[in-house]
Amino acid sequence: MNAIIQFTQKLNGIFKFHGGVHPPGNKSSSTQAPIADVTLPALLTLPLRQHVGHLPKVKIQVGEHVLKGQLLAEAEGAVSAAIHAPTSGTIVAIEEAVIPHPSSLPDYCIRLQPDGKDAWVAHTGQDWRNTERSALIQSLTGSGIVGMGGATFPTQIKLRTDGKSNIHTLVINAAECEPYISCDDMLMRERADGIVQGVLIAQHLMSAEKVVIGIEDNKPLAIAAMQEAVKNTDIQVKIVPTLYPSGDARRLVYLLLGQEIAHDKRSTQEGIQVFNVATMLALHRYFDHGEPSISRIVTITGNVAQPQNFEVLFGTPVSHLLAAAGGVGTDTSHYIMGGPMMGFDLPDANVPVTKASNCIIAASPGLFPSAPPAMPCIRCTRCADACPVSLQPQELYWFAKSDNFEKARDYDLFDCIECGACSYVCPSHIPLVQYYRYAKSEIIATDKAKEAADLARERNEARLARIEREKQERAQKHAERAQGAKKAAEKMVAAADSDQAQTGATADEAKKAAIAAAIARAKAQKEAQAATGEAPKNMAAPSASVQQEIADIDARRAAVGLSEADSPAMQDADKQAKIAAAIAKAKAAKAAAQTGHSATSATSAVVDPEKQAKTDPAIARARAAKAAAEASKNVSELAAPQLTTTASADQEKQAKIAAAIARAKAAKAAAEAAKIAATAGNTDDAKE
Amino acid sequence: MLTALSIMLGLAIALGLLLGYAALKFKVDGDPLIAKIDAILPQTQCGQCGYPGCKPYATAIAHGEADINQCPPGGDAGVRALADLLGVEYKPLNGEPKPKSVAFIDENTCIGCTLCIQACPVDAILGAAKHMHTIISSECTGCELCVAPCPVDCISMTPVAETPENWKWKYPTIPIVPVAHQG
Ligand code: SF4
Ligand code: SF4
Ligand code: SF4
Ligand code: SF4
Ligand code: SF4
Repeated sequence: MNAIIQFTQKLNGIFKFHGGVHPPGNKSSSTQAPIADVTLPALLTLPLRQHVGHLPKVKIQVGEHVLKGQLLAEAEGAVSAAIHAPTSGTIVAIEEAVIPHPSSLPDYCIRLQPDGKDAWVAHTGQDWRNTERSALIQSLTGSGIVGMGGATFPTQIKLRTDGKSNIHTLVINAAECEPYISCDDMLMRERADGIVQGVLIAQHLMSAEKVVIGIEDNKPLAIAAMQEAVKNTDIQVKIVPTLYPSGDARRLVYLLLGQEIAHDKRSTQEGIQVFNVATMLALHRYFDHGEPSISRIVTITGNVAQPQNFEVLFGTPVSHLLAAAGGVGTDTSHYIMGGPMMGFDLPDANVPVTKASNCIIAASPGLFPSAPPAMPCIRCTRCADACPVSLQPQELYWFAKSDNFEKARDYDLFDCIECGACSYVCPSHIPLVQYYRYAKSEIIATDKAKEAADLARERNEARLARIEREKQERAQKHAERAQGAKKAAEKMVAAADSDQAQTGATADEAKKAAIAAAIARAKAQKEAQAATGEAPKNMAAPSASVQQEIADIDARRAAVGLSEADSPAMQDADKQAKIAAAIAKAKAAKAAAQTGHSATSATSAVVDPEKQAKTDPAIARARAAKAAAEASKNVSELAAPQLTTTASADQEKQAKIAAAIARAKAAKAAAEAAKIAATAGNTDDAKE
Repeated sequence: MLTALSIMLGLAIALGLLLGYAALKFKVDGDPLIAKIDAILPQTQCGQCGYPGCKPYATAIAHGEADINQCPPGGDAGVRALADLLGVEYKPLNGEPKPKSVAFIDENTCIGCTLCIQACPVDAILGAAKHMHTIISSECTGCELCVAPCPVDCISMTPVAETPENWKWKYPTIPIVPVAHQG
């Protein structure tokens, strides 16, 4: 029997796909009246995120007056779409507002207050038949047109033909298989000529040989209108049997062409591109009239007084549309955007209509009774029979439920189109699709985390390599300098003799004293300046803005508790303090060099680092190492092999330290210093 | 008898050579176990495990010196993955995983001391001496190592906010419907 049906279908050129379900259509209620216009709402809210890809870049400012069709945000990055003003008016805000998204989270939106004039910006069509294709596609980037079927993929990317994929067939998706939705149906009935014009443009852009429009057989009026419109063209209109989800791109391609597209391939790789009918009309409007994408047809149905299709400006609040459809019934429980199979519940009725919104359903317990509690899976495999992608929904459910994501991925979870056919037939009323969505977003999040971790690892390794390289470079430089300083060392020894008095003072104290002196000097200088009334050069005649800036900076610094000694007027003093500190450092070094002359003074110099080592090993290490290194400069090199074997991280440095100090005949004190350096170094290294 | 013996001998020699060649040809550099463990660790490089980074911790685990439950950013899932990989018993996590955060520098307060740059294990901070510093938030792992060194306390950790882009579908829950409604 099945074989016979398949055979007759093949004769008609229709190929039935696996699975599918027949949910009640509920479309007739909204197709009684023609497409109507709605009045301008008080405020339009235009989310920046209305398409797949990057957010566009806002080109206007709050308070600016814009005309209908004026560019508000331009496409940025490879995958992005522009946003235009749906009517003339004033931009009142660019802020976060709740957008129609299953997350109910806010996102950036442009708020436009219409001025009621609906005045168009200057716009004209293009002579697309005689224009370079690449120029046409380039201009399409500014059209804001995205896939109107719900996928919202920027159309300029789908129309771009790269050298690799040679598109021979265009499939126009007019199946509209999901219950309740009738916007494409009405569009075809009323604007078939415009659609066909759009199809011709797309065909021209892609130089496709064949164009097939697929319409489900439950739309006889639309079929008639389309067949009439395509009369003088080579476009084919094919009627496909009503079966959910024939509107899925891959299903429709199979239905119309009998060609299956492998799950890891795109249809373009097979030379087939699929567009929605409404997208075709948008193309026609853009190329023939210069109108960007600013409105769409939306079905308002369900629990409303007069279900109907409306031509709606993007950004119109859903509540405004519901009022236009005669208001909602009192028992309305929530609102669904999209169809009952694949749509999602709106967070509230004030969210705006976007490029993706094809249908708003006012739901009531009567229309959508809440699902009975889910029962355990009885492994009846009805879901597998219904699955149009030939997956094993019961297995996917099992894996998703138990967070066994790797297995779910192995069972091709990502081929699931979330059509809901499996949930629809499940006798246990298991919300299967919800589990798949959950598992998919968990897997995507894990993949992203993994990517971030890989990036972090790479950056961390690069950083460690850099630090290591710098360390080696520094060590090399030190070695070179030590060689060069050998001769100068003799002089330093002589100079150090005269500085004996310094040996008693510790390096720390010397430094502190020097800094204090420097600050005192700086203060005295400032006072002197104040006394003579002479301002520092850079303060000679500050402009108001500069003064303001200085005041700001002072205020900020005060806020974080920095003393006035740090104020910009004291920069000179700062410099002097630094120089003084440097001198102090040099003196301290000389003091340390003294170790070469008297063991007692060396001990006194070492005692302090030792004490400090307990409180601050890093400082102690640095100081001991510095002192010892300085000492090494003062003497000719002679290694002390028995000491170089010390197991420590800085063997080379230590060897030098040890050698130098040994040569200086203060072996005891030097060994102590080295030990301190080693322990301090080790603890510090472990900390790093 | 002799043929059989010579065939077996010939086979043994041939296979031996083949194996020897394969051992040389497909030699694995480094310790694959460390790399495998490191691949599981979240690479936050925060040091909460007591080691100076994820790789050192991975090395310690591989050498049997560290427990598998010492990495809070990896969370429970991380411990389970490690237990799976190493074939050891799962242990409850030692510590509490925090929500993912990124560092934020109050640019009005920053004095440009570069201390935070030196602390950041993944070079996620941009700045120069005496100039304002800022975090490249896409690179920040949220390790918090830059917070302590800042002398003016202008770095704070901000939890990563949920946006429509990174939002996840939740695990399905069965809504509880009042019984009166159903009648
Ligand atoms: S239809 Fe429902 S009960 Fe049957 S196998 Fe699928 S998930 Fe299980
Ligand atoms: S929702 Fe996924 S698993 Fe279920 S029938 Fe559709 S494609 Fe198959
Ligand atoms: S605690 Fe975890 S993330 Fe932090 S360094 Fe250790 S292994 Fe890496
Ligand atoms: S910026 Fe701070 S928190 Fe972020 S990775 Fe660098 S050190 Fe860690
Ligand atoms: S540590 Fe703080 S003050 Fe210093 S550069 Fe970083 S953010 Fe600025």
